[in-house]
Amino acid sequence: MEFDWQPVWLTLKLASLTTVFLLLVGTPIAWWLSQTRSWLKQPISAVVALPIVLPPTVMGFYLLIMLGPNGPVGELTQALGLGTLAFTFTGLVVGSVFYSLPFVVQPLQNAFEALGQRPLEVAATLRASPWDRFLHVAIPLARPGFLTAMVLGFAHTVGEFGVVLMIGGNIPGETKVLSVAIYDHVETLEYGQAHLLSAGMIAFSFLILLSLYLINGRFGRNGHVT
Amino acid sequence: MSTITAHVRARLGDFALDVELELPGRGVTALFGHSGSGKTTLLRAIAGLERFEGHLKVNGESWQNTDKTLAVHKRPIGYVFQEASLFAHLNVEQNLAFGLRRVPAASRRIEMQQAVEWLGLTHLLRRAPARLSGGERQRVAIARALLTTPELLLMDEPLAALDEQSKQEILPYLERLHEHLAIPVLYVSHSLSEVARLADHMVWLESGRVRQQGPLQEVLGNMKLATQHGEEAVSVMDTTVAEHDKHYHLTALDSRFGRLWVRQLERVIGTAVRVSIPARDVSLSLEREQNSSILNVWEAEVVEISSLEHGQVLLKLCCPQQQAGKEPLLCRITQRSCDQLGLVPGSRVFARIKSVGLLE
Repeated sequence: MEFDWQPVWLTLKLASLTTVFLLLVGTPIAWWLSQTRSWLKQPISAVVALPIVLPPTVMGFYLLIMLGPNGPVGELTQALGLGTLAFTFTGLVVGSVFYSLPFVVQPLQNAFEALGQRPLEVAATLRASPWDRFLHVAIPLARPGFLTAMVLGFAHTVGEFGVVLMIGGNIPGETKVLSVAIYDHVETLEYGQAHLLSAGMIAFSFLILLSLYLINGRFGRNGHVT
Repeated sequence: MSTITAHVRARLGDFALDVELELPGRGVTALFGHSGSGKTTLLRAIAGLERFEGHLKVNGESWQNTDKTLAVHKRPIGYVFQEASLFAHLNVEQNLAFGLRRVPAASRRIEMQQAVEWLGLTHLLRRAPARLSGGERQRVAIARALLTTPELLLMDEPLAALDEQSKQEILPYLERLHEHLAIPVLYVSHSLSEVARLADHMVWLESGRVRQQGPLQEVLGNMKLATQHGEEAVSVMDTTVAEHDKHYHLTALDSRFGRLWVRQLERVIGTAVRVSIPARDVSLSLEREQNSSILNVWEAEVVEISSLEHGQVLLKLCCPQQQAGKEPLLCRITQRSCDQLGLVPGSRVFARIKSVGLLE
């Protein structure tokens, strides 16, 4: 029985890339949510949190329509000569960013809110511009929040299934990630392979969560500002 | 030569602040008042941390008017918060450098080395803020603010969160700022003794309004203020060194009221010395008693009498040669003594001073 490593590498690649994009997209959203007094705060928070409560198939369905040849995003990518993103690795990354967004935004927002206004006010009186305050005070002080966000974003992407199936399908080397591979093995009654991958996932997820709790336990004891 | 003029109107929930200020551009100005009087809000407004309507002009430059508001980070201020608020992710030296690095080298007038020495931080530079005592943290915060070469130093009750020992440890540093720097300081405090010790000028705030502003002695001599703070009431006097008595280790100071003997001071004759005399440490008699251990007895005239709680009265005295002076002497005695001596405004008395605090 030859072990197929391809889904494992594909999954790790997908989760890593997704985490990078999540941080790029999620950090400004989380910062804005933590600082704003706009009435838009609650509606935007609700939109960001949607993937937590929606069945992944709902998200996958609409992403498929959006990315497909007649969807707005699909038309744009076609016009740019990129073809459609549905059933491609790139499409998976896009879908995963939406799907895991709340798992990155919420810890970051909590970390930014926990800082309070004081360190930022202090920095302002020490001549730091708003951008400078964000880069050199808010981000370093919110470091535990960033660790949590990265671990959760990564782990949640590794664990996704519904969205992948809807918009990615099952193309080996392109969209066939771990969770889909397990589903495949079970469908074709290859229980040995399914066991191997599933047990691996359990161990992997446990280790990730354990490291998260250990990290938070260590940083949690230090206050942000003394 | 007043260099800070402001009209600040702000509303925070039920609280309304409406203050017009005209402050000197040098020395320490105390913003004094009970908690809830608006002193911290006023300080934050001057820093740009609190929005307000009105205008603010410092050293001829407008920081806020109807057209524009200068952003906090563009104001040449130093701000010391009540809690030191050091950055937890930086050590002491990095905290100090935070503001310093953001000021162009050409406009720096205070160097790291100087600030570190003035505030006694040499041995603490590598420490994390979490490993400092409360007093040490506040000293770092003061040095950090000074290193931005501020044109105006704003201090929001920098001692209030500290225990008595840390307070006593920091006060000398604050007093010395005077000597080192010609930066005007706005100092928020609710402690009269602290104000008496540090300030030259005073703004008394109550419920978001200015009750009185002016030279320290004048405002401290306000009987309404003194009555409200009977326990803490204090007089401050400017004196000069008159002579030394080496044998008894004493120094005589010349004040408006007369000679004042204090423990020997290492000061040249003619040097100005400011003293504070707590009202509770002044007692009165109708005759100059010869047989007393008290060295300092002044002739004075009662100007005003005001009742305090618990059978105490507060008297405002001036020296007989002058009309109700700018530097009055406050005195707190019991209602009973006041009645037995038959004191009324105009009475001539001898004020016996039991203790004197030297301020500078």
